[in-house]
Amino acid sequence: MTPSACDKSAFSTMEVCGSLTVSLREFGCEQSLLSRPDGSASFVQGDTSVMAGVYGPAEVKVSKEIYDRATLEVLVQPKVGLPSVRERSQEQCVRETCEASLLLTLHPRSSLTLILQVLHDDGSLLSCCLNAACMALMDAGLPMSCLFCGVTCAISTDGQIITDPTAAQEKESRALMTFAIDSAKHSVLMSSTKGSFSVHELQQCIAVSQKASEKIFQFYRDSVKRRYSKSR
Amino acid sequence: ASDVSVLWLPLPRSLLTCRTAEPLEYHRSFLKENCRPDGRELTEFRTTTLNIGSISTADGSALVKLGNTTIICGIKAELANPTVEAPGKGYIVPNVDLPPLCSSRFRPGPPGEEAQAASQFIADVIESSEVIKTEDLSIDRGKLCWVLYCDLMCLDYDGNILDACVIALLAALKNTRLPEVTINKETSAPEVNLEKRRELQIHKHLVSASFCIFDDSILIADPTAEEETLSTAHLTVVTDEDDRLCSVHKPGGTSLSGERLQECISRATTRQREIQKLIDKVAHSVKKAQ
Repeated sequence: MTPSACDKSAFSTMEVCGSLTVSLREFGCEQSLLSRPDGSASFVQGDTSVMAGVYGPAEVKVSKEIYDRATLEVLVQPKVGLPSVRERSQEQCVRETCEASLLLTLHPRSSLTLILQVLHDDGSLLSCCLNAACMALMDAGLPMSCLFCGVTCAISTDGQIITDPTAAQEKESRALMTFAIDSAKHSVLMSSTKGSFSVHELQQCIAVSQKASEKIFQFYRDSVKRRYSKSR
Repeated sequence: ASDVSVLWLPLPRSLLTCRTAEPLEYHRSFLKENCRPDGRELTEFRTTTLNIGSISTADGSALVKLGNTTIICGIKAELANPTVEAPGKGYIVPNVDLPPLCSSRFRPGPPGEEAQAASQFIADVIESSEVIKTEDLSIDRGKLCWVLYCDLMCLDYDGNILDACVIALLAALKNTRLPEVTINKETSAPEVNLEKRRELQIHKHLVSASFCIFDDSILIADPTAEEETLSTAHLTVVTDEDDRLCSVHKPGGTSLSGERLQECISRATTRQREIQKLIDKVAHSVKKAQ
């Protein structure tokens, strides 16, 4: 299977509610780039880059098997060093998001392994991991009830909401939130926040993330359409 | 060939819902009546009891019981060199331990994913809320600072450990008394005076409220271990006394609508008032006894 060409979407700015701008960094993705995993994808958001590989459905250890569903295991490998406590918490977030959208009951007593390798971290890492995970699961052909995408919002010290922040913007922000939005109902599947914020700011960020997720889902659609129209 | 004839009698469902055989149906039959197997309302929290200062060898300690869930927190303060990135600040290192004692789910060995995710959650909550200004932990800029090791150990796992951990941590921090440290001008060595102690300045009064979602629509507060395993999503909201949110932690699971999230946040703010009163009452009574 020839790997599909890199799909780059132009830098996009949208006006939301007049005062909020939803601007995402240039993002791109490549699917089926690795030969051993059943599905693989690489997702790039600005300078942040994550590669995902999926193995499954495969045989599962008896101690880990669940009688009516597949067992999903997620491993996040940082760029430098061994996985630490921070990676475990990211793994928990990604795993439970994937479990909510995958149809695990179609593969009982099987295992699905999702490995995420961080190639470069320049901010919005968790959302890049979620996007790479979704593209890899699609590439593996695993049955899903909906797609999901990750969006990170940062609230700067002067109250402005920045979507898809860089590492420098994250450091200067007062609060940082990552949401996983599903494609069917555009509701929040996963929420992980840092810093303190008010309820109103939270609702604004959710609205902004839902708006930004539409752009990402359109990108998924275009990317997969291009890939399958080429390899005919 | 054996000749077996089976007579099948359709018995009414209500007589057949066995807690161990069909736990989901059992819980659903209660939720239909808007209550739970232990008699609580859907948004009711279990009885919380708090005991401060029980560990004499620790610099601060607290024991929390949230229903059956029991968490003990011990804080030890040690002297260390501050990090290069933040020379004027000390640091806090929380660690949540879920030993095999508390539940049959945990096996002996290195900490599992749940314990590590809980430790990261507590570390993020401490950092996000600035409950303690890390500048207060600095003794000599660039050379010496306090590092607080907060060990949270679960003694009995009956669901909702995150809430209990946050309460235990806050109560233990309120109870922590750091000894006075002076730097000897001639030898430039630190001198610790264990008799003279000062309290830590707690800036924010954090309380967390956990909920879980059942069947994508029903929201219940303070789930027990059984309810947690049967639920489809979990949500934890951490608020402080100014009604600012320090953390909205929803590690995946089924989606949550905006109105449900708002309900959770309002319930979390009422819970914050209750727990703040409890911790203040207990801390006050401990101070009076000293």
